[in-house]
Amino acid sequence: MSRTKGDEEEYWNSSKFKAFTFDDEDDELSQLKESKRAVNSLRDFVDDDEDDDDLDRVTWSGEPVGSKTRLGSIQSLSDALSDTSAKSYAPELGRPKGEHRDYSNDWSLHDTVRRLRKGKVCSLERFRSLQDKLQLLEEAVNMHDGNVITAVLIFLKRTLSKEILFRELEVRQVALRHLIHFLKEIGDQKLLLDLFRFLDRTEELALSHYREHLNIQDPEKRKEFLKTCIGLPFSAEDSAHIQDHYTLLERQIIIEAIDRQLESAGQTEIFRKHPRKASILNMPLVTTLFYSCFYHYTEAEGTFSSPVNLKKTFKIPDKQYVLTALAARAKLRSWHDVDALFTTKNWLGYTKKRAPIGFHRVVEILHKNSAPVQVLQEYVNLVEDVDTKLNLATKFKCHDVVIDTCRDLKDRQQLVAYRSKVDKGSAEEEKIDVILSSSQIRWKN
Amino acid sequence: MAFPHRPDAPELPDFSMLKRLARDQLIYLLEQLPGKKDLFIEADLMSPLDRIASVSILKQHEVDKLYKVESKPVLSSSEQLCFLVRPRIKNMRYIANLVNTDKLAGRTRKYKVIFSPQKFYACEMVLEEEGIYGDVSCDEWAFSLLPLDVDLLSMELPEFFRDYFLEGDQRWINTVAHALHLLSTLYGSFPNCYGLGRCAKMSHELWRTLEEEEDGETKGRKAEIGHIFFLDRDMDFVTALCSQVVYEGLVDDTFRIKCGSVDFGPEVMSSDRSLKVLLNAEDKVFNEIRNEHFSNVFGFLSQKARNLQAQYDRRRGMDIKQMKNFVSQELKGLKQEHRLLSLHIGACESIMKKKTKQDFQELIKTEHALLEGFNIRESTSYIEEHIDRQVSPIESLRLMCLLSITENGLIPKDYRSLKTQYLQSYGPEHLLTFSNLRRAGLLTEQAPGDALTAMESKVSKLVTDKAAGKITDAFSSLAKRSNFRAISKKLNLIPRVDGEYDLKVPRDMAYVFSGAYVPLSCRIIEQVLERRSWQGLDEVVRLLTCSEFAFTDITKEDKASSESLRLILVVFLGGCTFSELSALRFLGREKGYRFIFLTTAMTNSARLMEAMSE
Repeated sequence: MSRTKGDEEEYWNSSKFKAFTFDDEDDELSQLKESKRAVNSLRDFVDDDEDDDDLDRVTWSGEPVGSKTRLGSIQSLSDALSDTSAKSYAPELGRPKGEHRDYSNDWSLHDTVRRLRKGKVCSLERFRSLQDKLQLLEEAVNMHDGNVITAVLIFLKRTLSKEILFRELEVRQVALRHLIHFLKEIGDQKLLLDLFRFLDRTEELALSHYREHLNIQDPEKRKEFLKTCIGLPFSAEDSAHIQDHYTLLERQIIIEAIDRQLESAGQTEIFRKHPRKASILNMPLVTTLFYSCFYHYTEAEGTFSSPVNLKKTFKIPDKQYVLTALAARAKLRSWHDVDALFTTKNWLGYTKKRAPIGFHRVVEILHKNSAPVQVLQEYVNLVEDVDTKLNLATKFKCHDVVIDTCRDLKDRQQLVAYRSKVDKGSAEEEKIDVILSSSQIRWKN
Repeated sequence: MAFPHRPDAPELPDFSMLKRLARDQLIYLLEQLPGKKDLFIEADLMSPLDRIASVSILKQHEVDKLYKVESKPVLSSSEQLCFLVRPRIKNMRYIANLVNTDKLAGRTRKYKVIFSPQKFYACEMVLEEEGIYGDVSCDEWAFSLLPLDVDLLSMELPEFFRDYFLEGDQRWINTVAHALHLLSTLYGSFPNCYGLGRCAKMSHELWRTLEEEEDGETKGRKAEIGHIFFLDRDMDFVTALCSQVVYEGLVDDTFRIKCGSVDFGPEVMSSDRSLKVLLNAEDKVFNEIRNEHFSNVFGFLSQKARNLQAQYDRRRGMDIKQMKNFVSQELKGLKQEHRLLSLHIGACESIMKKKTKQDFQELIKTEHALLEGFNIRESTSYIEEHIDRQVSPIESLRLMCLLSITENGLIPKDYRSLKTQYLQSYGPEHLLTFSNLRRAGLLTEQAPGDALTAMESKVSKLVTDKAAGKITDAFSSLAKRSNFRAISKKLNLIPRVDGEYDLKVPRDMAYVFSGAYVPLSCRIIEQVLERRSWQGLDEVVRLLTCSEFAFTDITKEDKASSESLRLILVVFLGGCTFSELSALRFLGREKGYRFIFLTTAMTNSARLMEAMSE
């Protein structure tokens, strides 16, 4: 901060300001010289010490500190202090800040902010007119130190009515951001919401209110709180999300109550065979859908816990639904359900297999859930791209698919190569041999 | 492999002094509370403390028991309690609770709070409000620079990123300025300063103020470090969002390097124990592979293993005397090397296993497509599927951000549908995460047309005008347009390669991303150092919407030696990644510079995303 010459002179000449003297208790200069000497002399001291990385580790368990002291290896500071010539090794920290006295109330604006930056106690009480307060704030902002800006804001918050404070901050964005962050940190939610309201920042107001639900553990209370969020001025898009959040938790509470009872009664097979690992409360929608596909797959649309009901209520896209249902049913090794998931009937009553996510994905998910080869094979066969199909079939050892595909491609070489990969004397080997010796096929190579 | 430095490369200053200084300050502070005392340490300070002080040192200064500051009630019976904490409100409430419980029980003890690296007025305010101001004494432990390696200084302040780039809180700028002031006191001032970013500019200004206030102290000292470069993280989010593929970066992405060390679990150690391993230049094996593209590391390690085997084998056919020599002189070194080798081989295997499982190849392909700007539709559906399958909330978010920044925002339809699916997959409360990301400019929606830009510039002229106040609110976040594509073109960030990019013999910094992309941050530094100014970079700076905040400040200094002029301190405000360090180390080797890095914290894509999550 360079002041102009004029300012400088005014500062020193003005009777209002007491020039600080070198015997001032917390005179920065002498303190600094000393610490600088300390730092410089440390150089030689430090260079000799090579013990740095060979320290014993600290345990953090609250146990008494280990009794083994390493003798001699580390020169402690107290040792160094007893030697007068080494006295300056001690970093100069001044006395504890709490003991500082603000002797003078008359620091200039500039020096007040400077003292604040140095962490010194400095009374701001003499800044009583609005103009003084705002100048103080401006000086702090110009200094760039956020800690000082906040210090001034704490003072302004205490000494100005909130309307005036808000009004002045509205045109001072840097300071405003500091106040908002400060209010968030100390948890003054009420003032924060007032501020957003004043600034007409409706969306932030709504989000800020909504954030509070994270602190509510009890599901019923959380649900009630979410209900109060529904009418808030979110963006149109977010409004829908908030509504969904509320509905989801409402459903989860119902499902949880019923299922907990079913599980403890021990009469339902699925819960006996697959006890629940965690409660469904506060889980994401997709997880809830998975849960529902796992425990309540066959339920009619009318029940809250049925997958179809969830799909409808939350407008879950087909792709997402199939993906989740597939994962759940595959986990239960319910291959019949998997089959049904992809079977569609056309108007003539013919069945056809369709997968909105692509059959290569289906195969991968099935494999992850260790589906048997017979099941895998069926879906590998449905993969349209021949290369992908062949890759997957090879990867998952669906021999029949590989063999048939090679035959269809009339790729003799690949088939011969594959023969070495199947077990000796197996049915696959036999099948390959039959094909290879067939005179019906016109091989391309 | 492990390129040597050019013979004329300057020596690095010795930073171990910083550790010694911090340790002595801490001891001094502990001595301020004479007698036996219990020490309560904030979790985040434990690892840094671990690097500079030992239990025996604490013990020597009459620390009786150690506790972690956490929500559990305390059962300390000591008459003196000392708290070593970051200046955070929740720590103040914790201490207040403890002191007030004592008061109610009619118990008197001595309390001391040591704030590191400094105290904040907001903290003191809480102490006052809780009625314990005066009951506790406060001190500051200005431990703001931890040397993590010979060329790396970390402030260990990961919260800097969120505080500044999301909340716009400038509280750490003073800490940065002080850290720089300490460096200039010890190693001389920096004659050539460059910077890019709003925070960079403020940090530089405040540091200058400190230097001026305490003029004379640094004047006599010869400058050891010739250049300093300040860089804001938001100038280049892209680099930080990419998957890392140099060894050290990959180790960080996979296992998380914390304060210069990593916990290798049983899967690495192939035993049932875990091991905490320091990763720095001291580890000879690591030092040779840390900056290498992962694809080279295997070959290197197996070569090393063969050499080691050969050296062991020499002992066959030795007579007794030779054997004695071998055991007393070489065996220890060989054993050490053996230990390190098996460690890193184990780490590589574990990384391979994890990466294969998560289809890393596909992921990298998508990232490269985003960087180059082709197949946007395909990349978008890749991300969509990631989300639908609940692969990982952080990964999904990272990819969306990468898409957004490279494309100057998502088109509204995609934004809406990805967001909806994200909330359905990972939880509705992430609504708040999206709001954060938008404010920080990491994940935005394309504005229809350019109407916004025109209005923005109009409004920015009127900011002090009261009437404009309400309009500015819409733009009050720190977010900016990224213009990545245009910048990339201008700075040639996507190298044109005929044939294979040879990762064994890198030709440019792009090797840290498999030859697909030169880190923007590093390119900017390279360009400015070459010119010693911003001349000719106006267009880039304009595209970064940072014209006001690109600066140079050159002090005519006749004392600066040619050696010092090849020593460059890069200050990353908001964190840097290991890939960036590798890229700049490479640049240094090419040009005969040495880089020193000062970062507010080491970061990577996951840490950035977590900092934004609610």
